[in-house]
Amino acid sequence: MSQILELHGVSKSYGGVHALRATDFECARGRIHAVLGENGAGKSTLMKILAGVVQPDGGVLRLDGREVAFARPAEAIRAGVVCIFQELSLIPDLTVADNICLLDPPRLGFLIDQRAQDRIALDCLARIGVHDIHPRQRLSDLPLSRRQIVEIAKALRLDPKILILDEATSALTAEDVGRVFALLKALREDGVTILYISHRMNEIAELADDCSVFRNGERVGVFRNGEKTHDEIVEMMIGREYVHAYPPKPVRAAPPQPVVEVERLSWPPALRDVSLTVGAGEIVGLGGLDGQGQREFLLALFGVLKGVQGTVRIDGAPVAFSGPAQAKRHPTGVALIPEDRKTEGLMLPMSIRDNLSMAILDRLTRGLVVDRIAEDAAIERAVGQLSIRFGDLDHPVASLSGGNQQKVVMGKWLLTGARVLLLNDPTRGIDVGTKQEIYGLLRRLADDGASILFYSTDYDELIGCCDRVAVFYDGRIVRTLEGDGITEKALVASALNLEPGALQGADDAARQPQEAT
Amino acid sequence: MNRLRYFLAHSRGALLALALFAAMFAVYVAYHPAGLTIDVVSTAANKGVLLALVAMAQTLPILTAGLDLSIGMTFVLANSLASAVVLGSPAETALGVVLVLLASLLCGALNGLIVVFGRLQPIITTLATGSIYFGLALVIRPSPGGDVNEDLADALTYDPVLGVVPPSLLVLLATVVLVWLPLRRSTWGRAVYAAGSAEGAAYMSGLNVDLGKFVAYTFAGLFAGIAGLMLTFMTYAGEANAALGGAYTLNSIASVVIGGTSLFGGAGGAIGSVIGAFVFRTIGDLLFVFDMDALYQPLFIGLVLLVSVSLGSLRLLRIRNRLELFR
Amino acid sequence: MSAVLRVFGRIDRPVLLAFACVVALLLGGSLYTSSFLSPDYLLKQLQLGAFLGVIASGVMLVILLGHIDLSIPWVLTSAAMISTAVAGWWGDAGTLLAIPVGLLWGAAIGAINGFGVAFLRVPSMIFTLGVNAVLQGLMVILTGGAAPQDYATDAMRWLGSGASLGVPHSLMVWAVVGALIVFVLKRTGFGRSIFAFGNSEAAAYLSGVNTRAVVVGCFAIAGGCSALAGVMLAGYGTKAAQAMGDPYLLPSIAAVVLGGTYILGGRGSYLGTIAGVILITLLQSILRIVQLPDSWRAIFEAPESLREIVYGAVIIGMMLLYGRQQAKRG
Repeated sequence: MSQILELHGVSKSYGGVHALRATDFECARGRIHAVLGENGAGKSTLMKILAGVVQPDGGVLRLDGREVAFARPAEAIRAGVVCIFQELSLIPDLTVADNICLLDPPRLGFLIDQRAQDRIALDCLARIGVHDIHPRQRLSDLPLSRRQIVEIAKALRLDPKILILDEATSALTAEDVGRVFALLKALREDGVTILYISHRMNEIAELADDCSVFRNGERVGVFRNGEKTHDEIVEMMIGREYVHAYPPKPVRAAPPQPVVEVERLSWPPALRDVSLTVGAGEIVGLGGLDGQGQREFLLALFGVLKGVQGTVRIDGAPVAFSGPAQAKRHPTGVALIPEDRKTEGLMLPMSIRDNLSMAILDRLTRGLVVDRIAEDAAIERAVGQLSIRFGDLDHPVASLSGGNQQKVVMGKWLLTGARVLLLNDPTRGIDVGTKQEIYGLLRRLADDGASILFYSTDYDELIGCCDRVAVFYDGRIVRTLEGDGITEKALVASALNLEPGALQGADDAARQPQEAT
Repeated sequence: MNRLRYFLAHSRGALLALALFAAMFAVYVAYHPAGLTIDVVSTAANKGVLLALVAMAQTLPILTAGLDLSIGMTFVLANSLASAVVLGSPAETALGVVLVLLASLLCGALNGLIVVFGRLQPIITTLATGSIYFGLALVIRPSPGGDVNEDLADALTYDPVLGVVPPSLLVLLATVVLVWLPLRRSTWGRAVYAAGSAEGAAYMSGLNVDLGKFVAYTFAGLFAGIAGLMLTFMTYAGEANAALGGAYTLNSIASVVIGGTSLFGGAGGAIGSVIGAFVFRTIGDLLFVFDMDALYQPLFIGLVLLVSVSLGSLRLLRIRNRLELFR
Repeated sequence: MSAVLRVFGRIDRPVLLAFACVVALLLGGSLYTSSFLSPDYLLKQLQLGAFLGVIASGVMLVILLGHIDLSIPWVLTSAAMISTAVAGWWGDAGTLLAIPVGLLWGAAIGAINGFGVAFLRVPSMIFTLGVNAVLQGLMVILTGGAAPQDYATDAMRWLGSGASLGVPHSLMVWAVVGALIVFVLKRTGFGRSIFAFGNSEAAAYLSGVNTRAVVVGCFAIAGGCSALAGVMLAGYGTKAAQAMGDPYLLPSIAAVVLGGTYILGGRGSYLGTIAGVILITLLQSILRIVQLPDSWRAIFEAPESLREIVYGAVIIGMMLLYGRQQAKRG
């Protein structure tokens, strides 16, 4: 079995965050190799390096024994490495056929041969087993699930030696997932090497020949599918030695006073009939697979979405926020820690000081002028409360590490005194130490009476921090887990819209010895 | 059958503009004191063709989500240059034509180089290069004058073909068929559309986005050059007229928008812009025919521009997740 | 410490470059003619530059937002025409009201620009271009197509061409406007919001900043500044003229950008804008006074021709030096 792909000592850092730490990785030819790991473990960065989208800071990359370095995606594609990304690389205003034959289309002299394109497109779609997409349809007219199919067809057409799928099936219907799996197995028969990143254990169990597990920027294990149990894999992913010490959860005598009451919130197609109550002092988690409506739910509560139906009551009185400005100013105060701190939470080139005071700017201004003394006092409070580590308050916030940047975002909002906190995956891409600090902070705030809604893709966090977890599936809350009932098995099962018992079967299946391929 | 259906669906904007133009032109001819005569049609065609060509030019940078504010000056420069070199024997005339087209192409290429490889913002780049091109026009034509090969000029702008068809329309048709359509159907054209529609995705797919943008600005220069040539043929003279250049730049943007091309890039095409140009021209003509005081015409035209670009951006108001407005 | 230098270095470098160019131009000009560095001449430059400076002050705010205002030419011209017209229509009251009406007009048009950009979400370059055309159309009606009949009021002339203790009034006006802008940018919440918006509209919006008000406010101020310049220019030339605004579009944007304000918004200092204005003014005056040798005169018959070319080329050259923007990558 020869190695088609070898990586030695590959590193990549973004600012202060080490996405990859001098990691090794090998992949055998003609096999399906699954790559597992938590968010932020380095999987996507590795794939981006292979695809030529980013360049490593150090290390060696060998393809078929030859050392290579891809300065841009076009070079990787020419070398036979094709990546299907989560964010699609399709052109919305072009047709399906145009997109599938985007690079190096068939030509008649100088012109693109549109009929040949149509034929190729239909061909590729047929290989996947999909027959209901017309090549002349405009891509932007297709729903996301169909666009993902087109993305796969486009990769197929490039005749890859190595095909990388980075969460490429997240939006597909169950039938299409089955078709794609059949395709991947057929490609394997043809000698194509496949790298498959996914969170869905059942998919990996069905598809993979080999598995690599990444944690904290390094590969921590590589084994054949079937050699490890589900539990052992999860252990490798979350790493028992980095025990997240979670602050203790309070024992409640009586159910807490409801602060946020959501009734039948709808925003088709992402949210359908969502009802939830959050009480004072509660930390309620939002669980489930990516993209089931959790983000939209938080945005809806913050007033960012237009056309939301249903009722939301805060402290008993109905509210209908027209935007973050209104939500902030509500007497109870609502705050949102957004998904992408770099583009939505911070103004990177501006100073730490300016960023911290941005949300209370209206309170700090007397007439038109900013009250510098009050501002300094407020900032001191925020810095102290969050233990933000910085060199100089007037330095741009971009100079801080990821963890401290997130603290600035949180500090900004804590200064408003908001009692309702909405957090959109707040610990993504943050070092362990800061994560622990944030967990402690959240519990302290809750103990002081705040109501916290917490979306996370990290099961560990949901189990450790939350009093309750509402699991989303397809825009609805399918199950609410409480107290001791919040376990990884229950979370995973609910996320897949299965009964908790069903996962036991999956465990057993994973333990069966795999047939030799 | 299916292909036709999709083609029609995707060309909605241009088809609407075409319907609008047909209706307006019919009204114009009906109310014109002279009625449907060759002269009326010919004059309308000549004026329309000029704007149509400049609108075609402006379409390309807009497709890449950029803008070319120097296009009117390239037009004027081409006009001035043509009045100096498109003269003499057939061979000399032909050489002159080639020279003018080449010069215009270079103007566009310079814009492209600065925007793409200098990584400068298109607006201020083309404002500055517009100044340069106007200066060059002034060098060639410090005062209005010059001459042009009259035989060629008449053949292309005056003598009706087959007795009825204004020749300028044929020049426009030739430009569309021989230059625009092949460009659009080539890999270069694809790079232009992809750069405007989703630059990041295009890059990740391995497309050469830089080349697409460069091609867009270069060909914009070429189309403006053809327009400048035609102006020289129509007026038998050249003039470094800054006001004219400015007006054509502005009107070309309006034509592009009326013709259905999105200001955000990626969608639309030059054919729509040609129709948009004729619609725009006909508005002015209609005002004349309905005896609107000449004094009110600039205001009216300005309002048309403002309203059409505002309508063109209205789709943004339908976005339901406000966060998406900022991406 | 090195981090501080790195940060401030990056912000100040364009400003330093701009001032260096100013010095270079002064030296170059003085080499050509000794009277270039005379106080009279320099003061005259500052008097002229003040008009550009007032416009650039407003333009800077709009560019800090990441937007652009292409309606400057006709806001300027229309404000000048309306104030002279008001002076003519309403007699004594009109003379008093001329300047305030002109300024209000400019601010109102600016607010309309802001409305189009913030509420209708039309790209600013297009909307302001359209407004510019509409204003031109309106003024054609107002003036009946010919040059306006009415003359500038005494107050306007006092502002535009007067001087006290040797200091031109236009320069004083620029100083006041500049001080106000600096105050707004450095000390007010509004100013902070401008920078926030320019850096990330999404983050500003999500932080609860009233982003629409910020946009309308900045465009209104820019309109007011253009109008103020128009009123002063009418005083300087003793009447309003048709094309008085056109020569100010490119220079005002160039002055702001060459002064280090980032064209995509979010970064810039007023000090840089001052440098940019002086730079452009000196450049224009050098180009005007330089007498071409005879051989060159044959080629560049029209005096503006070489000026236009050099002007455009210098602006592009300087921007290539430090005005580069990041490419958008996946």
